[in-house]
Amino acid sequence: MKDLSLHLMDIVQNSISAKADKVCVFLTADNEADLLTMIITDNGEGIEEHLLKDITSPFTTTRKTRKVGMGISLLMASSNMAGGDLKIYSKRFEGTTLEASFKISHIDRLPLGDIAETMVTLIMSSPDIEFELSVSNKKDCFKFTTMEVKEQLKEVPITQFEVLSWIRDYINSEIKIILGGVLNEILG
Amino acid sequence: MKSLAELEEIRKKTLEQISLRKSNDGMRVIVGMATCGIAAGARPVMTAFVEELNKRNMTDVTVTMTGCIGVCRLEPIVEVIDKDGNKTTYVKMTPEKAVRIVAEHIVNGRVCADYTIGEADK
Ligand SMILES: Nc1ncnc2c1ncn2[C@@H]1O[C@H](COP(=O)(O)OP(=O)(O)OP(=O)(O)O)[C@@H](O)[C@H]1O
Ligand code: FES
Ligand SMILES: [Mg+2]
Repeated sequence: MKDLSLHLMDIVQNSISAKADKVCVFLTADNEADLLTMIITDNGEGIEEHLLKDITSPFTTTRKTRKVGMGISLLMASSNMAGGDLKIYSKRFEGTTLEASFKISHIDRLPLGDIAETMVTLIMSSPDIEFELSVSNKKDCFKFTTMEVKEQLKEVPITQFEVLSWIRDYINSEIKIILGGVLNEILG
Repeated sequence: MKSLAELEEIRKKTLEQISLRKSNDGMRVIVGMATCGIAAGARPVMTAFVEELNKRNMTDVTVTMTGCIGVCRLEPIVEVIDKDGNKTTYVKMTPEKAVRIVAEHIVNGRVCADYTIGEADK
C-alpha cells in the first residue's frame, strides 16, 4: 500500500466483512515517544481462536475466492519496516481490535495519506455502520462520529454529496491542526 | 474552525433538493475494494465516479463497493449495471476512465468497449 489511509481502508473492509455495525479508528501521534499508532476496533463476529495465532501469516484467511489473505500481513510489513509492530485482539462474537504502530521519524514510515477520503468513502458505501474517528497528539484530541452527524441531519441521508464534502473538509482541517506539527508531510 | 452546527445549513438546502430528485431506480456502479483493488487505486476511482456524477446531477445513479471481483491483475475493476440489469465489467480503471464512462456509458448509454474485460485480454 502507498500510504496508511489505504491500509485503513483495507483493514476496515475486514470489519465490514465481519458484519460489524460500529467501527472506531484511533490515530495517535506521540512526538516524544516518536510513535504513531493506528487502532481499529469493531464489534463484528471476531476471529476464531485457532486462526488468531497465525493471523499475521498471509496463509490465514477465511475467504473463499483464494487461499491467501493479504490485508493484515501487508500492514504488518509496513509497520515492521518502520520500526513498529502489529497486534490483534479478538473475541468470537464480541469484536476485534487491531493495533499498528510506526516510528514517526523512520525513513521507511509510510505517509499518512488522505484519511478524510478513506472515511468518506467508507461512510458513503456503508451508511448504516456507525464510524468514529479520534485523532490525537499528546495534548489535543479531535473526535468525529457519524452518529452525531446523523442526529444533526435528521431526515437528510448522510450519503448526500454536500454532506460528504463537508465531512471531508471537517476531518481534513482537524487532522491538520492535531497532526500538522507532528507529521511534517501533512503541512507539506 | 468548522463545527457540526454548519450541517444545519446543509440540511435545509438539501431538503429542498431531495424533494425534486428522482428515486434510486437508475444505474448502479460497483467498485471492487478487496486488498488488491485498494492497492491498485480503487479509492480514487470511486471518488471520481461520485464527483463526476454529482457534477452532472445524475442523482439516481448509486455508487457502492464490493469485495473481491476475482481478477487481481486487472484491478481496479468496476461493474456498471444498467436499468435492465445488463452488466459491463471495466478493468484497470483510473479516475480519467471513470470520467469518460460517466459521460459515454452512464449519460449516453454507449458502452466504452475499449475499457472492458474482453478488450484487456486481447
Ligand atoms: N475485523 C475482523 N473481524 C473478524 N475477522 C477478521 C477481521 N480481520 C481479519 N479477520 C479474519 O482474518 C483473515 C485474514 O485477514 P486479511 O485481511 O489478512 O486477509 P483477507 O481479508 O482474508 O483477504 P484480503 O485482505 O487479501 O482481501 C480474514 O479472512 C478473516 O477471517
Ligand atoms: S483478490 Fe484480487 S480481485 Fe479478488
Ligand atoms: Mg482483508
